[in-house]
Amino acid sequence: MIALLQHLAQAAPDAPIPTPVLEFKPIVPELALCAAGILGMLYEAFARRSSRSVHLVIALAGLFAAGVTAGKLLWNWTGAPLVLGDAVAVDRFSVVATIVLVLVAAFGCIYAWHEAGRDGATYRGEFYPLILFATAGMTLIVAANDLIVVFLALEILSLALYVLTGMGGRRSSEAAMKYFLLGAFSSAFFLYGVAMAYGATTSTKITAIVAALAGQTGSHSLALVAMGFLVIGFGFKISAAPFHMWTPDVYQGAPTPVVAFMSAATKVAAFFALMRVFDVALQPLTWDWTPIVYALSVLSVLTGAVLAAAQRDVKRMLAYSAVAHAGFILAGLTSANATGIRAAIFYLIAYAVMTVGAFGVTMLVATKTDEPSSYDSYDGLAARSPGLAAMMTVFLLSLAGIPPTVGFIAKLTVFGSAIAAGNWPLALVCVLASVIAAYAYLRVIVRMYFREPRGEVTDDRSVVPQVAGLVLAVTVVVLGVFPRLLSSIIEQASILRW
Amino acid sequence: MSNHLLSVVIFLPLLGVLGLVVGGRQITDAGARWITLLVTLVVFAVSLAMLGQFDSADAGYQLVERASWVPSIGLQYLVGVDGISLWLVLLTTFLFPISVLASWSVTTEIRRYMIAMLVLETAVLGSFLALDLILFFVFFEAMLVPMYLLIGGWGGERRVYAALKFFLFTMAGSAFLLVAIIFLYARAGGGSFELTTLAGTAATLPVETARWLFLAFFVAFAVKVPVFPLHTWLPDAHTEAPTAGSVLLAGVLLKVGAYGLIRFNMALFPEASKHFATPIMVLAAIGIIYGAVCAITQRDVKRLVAYSSVSHLGFVVLGLFAFTHQAVSGGVLQMVNHGLATGALFLLVGMVYERTHTRKLDEMGGLASVMPWLLGFFLFAVFASAGLPGLSGFVGEFLVIIGTFAVSHWLGVAASIAVVLGAIYLLWSYQRVAYGAVREEHRGLPDVSAREVAVIVPVLALLLVFGVFPRLLTDSIDPATARVIENVAPDHATTVVTGVTVADPASGG
Repeated sequence: MIALLQHLAQAAPDAPIPTPVLEFKPIVPELALCAAGILGMLYEAFARRSSRSVHLVIALAGLFAAGVTAGKLLWNWTGAPLVLGDAVAVDRFSVVATIVLVLVAAFGCIYAWHEAGRDGATYRGEFYPLILFATAGMTLIVAANDLIVVFLALEILSLALYVLTGMGGRRSSEAAMKYFLLGAFSSAFFLYGVAMAYGATTSTKITAIVAALAGQTGSHSLALVAMGFLVIGFGFKISAAPFHMWTPDVYQGAPTPVVAFMSAATKVAAFFALMRVFDVALQPLTWDWTPIVYALSVLSVLTGAVLAAAQRDVKRMLAYSAVAHAGFILAGLTSANATGIRAAIFYLIAYAVMTVGAFGVTMLVATKTDEPSSYDSYDGLAARSPGLAAMMTVFLLSLAGIPPTVGFIAKLTVFGSAIAAGNWPLALVCVLASVIAAYAYLRVIVRMYFREPRGEVTDDRSVVPQVAGLVLAVTVVVLGVFPRLLSSIIEQASILRW
Repeated sequence: MSNHLLSVVIFLPLLGVLGLVVGGRQITDAGARWITLLVTLVVFAVSLAMLGQFDSADAGYQLVERASWVPSIGLQYLVGVDGISLWLVLLTTFLFPISVLASWSVTTEIRRYMIAMLVLETAVLGSFLALDLILFFVFFEAMLVPMYLLIGGWGGERRVYAALKFFLFTMAGSAFLLVAIIFLYARAGGGSFELTTLAGTAATLPVETARWLFLAFFVAFAVKVPVFPLHTWLPDAHTEAPTAGSVLLAGVLLKVGAYGLIRFNMALFPEASKHFATPIMVLAAIGIIYGAVCAITQRDVKRLVAYSSVSHLGFVVLGLFAFTHQAVSGGVLQMVNHGLATGALFLLVGMVYERTHTRKLDEMGGLASVMPWLLGFFLFAVFASAGLPGLSGFVGEFLVIIGTFAVSHWLGVAASIAVVLGAIYLLWSYQRVAYGAVREEHRGLPDVSAREVAVIVPVLALLLVFGVFPRLLTDSIDPATARVIENVAPDHATTVVTGVTVADPASGG
């Protein structure tokens, strides 16, 4: 601490503060998202009777603009790698994440648009701006090169998600409250970790932290404390055990379109930020954090798989499976190298596709019953709505990692990365956990195909969400058969610049 | 290289799937049946073309096709056929149209049933032909889903339980396989999953590591074969599966396990194969006797046939791990024979069940007087399965037994005893089905229909042909097995092969 104060005292004298060059191009995607969000709010405020379709158009336009600018402007970026006072990094790593996030958000908006059109559904115009703001936070967090910006982006996306979670009925308010309280806790941990990191290295910039730690100019012990707090903060967002307690309640309580969006997008955003913080900023501490990641991975896959197998509600089951999948991705990251990052990115994208698809189907099944996501509602789904059952089967098999789906290739790359790093016992635990998880998914398939439908249950068989689901299901299979479509892109995106 | 025959064989069934999916509900039930039958027959024809192009003298892989699949991790699409996989492929393509024809009596969700059958065919053929370990694993795992749906969707009373048990047992076994494959790949420097490349790497591994990896591979395949004591899923799955499911499970899917042992375990870990040969042979011998004893005590005829599979597959494993020329060739031969003989038994049990609606031996009796033709075919299949000389079951068992005697007298004796036990349970069950007093409700049951004759006669004919001319098979099997033995136990390969040539049972029996 004394060293820190001395340092502050030295830094204080009246040296002119350098004015950062403001290069706004790299944050055009975020600007587009926020602009569309504000436009949506204005429309909601001034339109006499707002229409969900107008909202959808505004939102999709914003998302489209963000995706295109990220792809066109930033993929072949030749300017400075760090902009806005080194707060934001411009690299293909973040571009890939941005595009994935934008697509996930688009699916979330389409789902929500559809759900609001049902009889007796509560329609809220604020939904779309909130999704856009959350997405802006997510695209910012994946590019953030400063822990303060990471924290800022984390809060932007979290606040929007707390509100979105509460947009359903009573159970939804309860879920939002839980999410908010536990989320606030984790944010506090994260912020404390940032403070400790500053204490250890006198900077919150990721590039400066890695330089300080590599040069051993900072305090090693403070850095370890910082690392511990950051792990907790991230562990909450990626819902890794033992920080997963909120996940099942929130997934079950929140409106399904919101869950589809947040389950995929939050995981992608938080994991990309985690990779940048751990694989870049804390790279000199690799030997210290890999055991922690190892332990979190084991805990997550076992907890997630075992508890998923015990559920009787599809949304809760998918929530626990989300915990298990966080563990699988962490297993890939134990290698702490480019292979691990590549594997994790592939897994995240695969996971986004299948989880958005699975939640999309749960939104359509047994809509008129009290407990639409309970297993009982899935009895005889194949006889009732063969299309929905077939899509759900594809998503579940992919989550289980059965070839020829993308989930298998994703698991293969992740385990390959872990084993190449010498962690074959971890890979073995993961593979066995995936057998347990497979049991959880098969229970749903059994219900859909081998049971008789119960009474008068009807499914929502509208065209739009079914087409969306079909697109995702086809993607799952196509990427499972031709994974190079994706891996060739990811190969160029795995190297972090610093 | 320009020849894509193997890919055509593997993926042609998927074309049928595409047709059935695109056609949707416009396809009538009869249409779905005929489309599937036609597709499987064409696949069989193409596989015969493959047989025509196969050169028996060549011990290596033939008709090889190679294409890059996922270049970033060195994954390849690499398929090829040799004397071991050749006959398993033909067995598969032969049994599929038979099974489709036998499934004419399926009446619910026919389109979905046929889609599952065709996907299963692709997965099985892919497993037999893949020479890249991950490609193999993909097909190996993909096999689970259609089989799971077939058992769970169209099976007997406890079908859901049996289907789930089948799925989880196999998947748990293959979990070890996946980790071992990736481990080997990582040791090889991460360039390729190709069998020959990884075999080179495996040879450089420390002995201990190679032995552990061998065990990981072994567990995966032992569940599938199944080797005692990992067989507990089999009686349930076989009993609850629909007739075609049982036929394919016994005839084809179990062979994938035995094939995996010979193709991967022995090729990759010759030292460990030799090291663990004795315990594995003991397990196989226990399985042979245990399966036979369990079969004797069964009252459900389908369960009886299922346990007889445990016993017969024990012969296969015993033969493979004896590492004498006769035993290994006999093991491979026994795979083909068992596929035909047990397939025939399941088909006939299915036909009997469709008429009597019971599988209980106590509730049958005297059926020979009611359905003389059907029970005549049954007797033929029973003889083939019991290993009557002149039928193909004999050749395989005989070769395995003489090959095993060269290694261990005790195991040879054990295997011989099981042959006697096999005759007991098969003939006794036949006696209880065919002779005795006819039950009142079974009078006037119809004898075989023309369709059923078309189902069963080709299988029985092949049993006879291969029984009289086993050279048809052994001529192309021998070079490939000789290569395997040379790899694992070079001393056996040189001394024994020249001593005794493949026996010709037609003259002996």
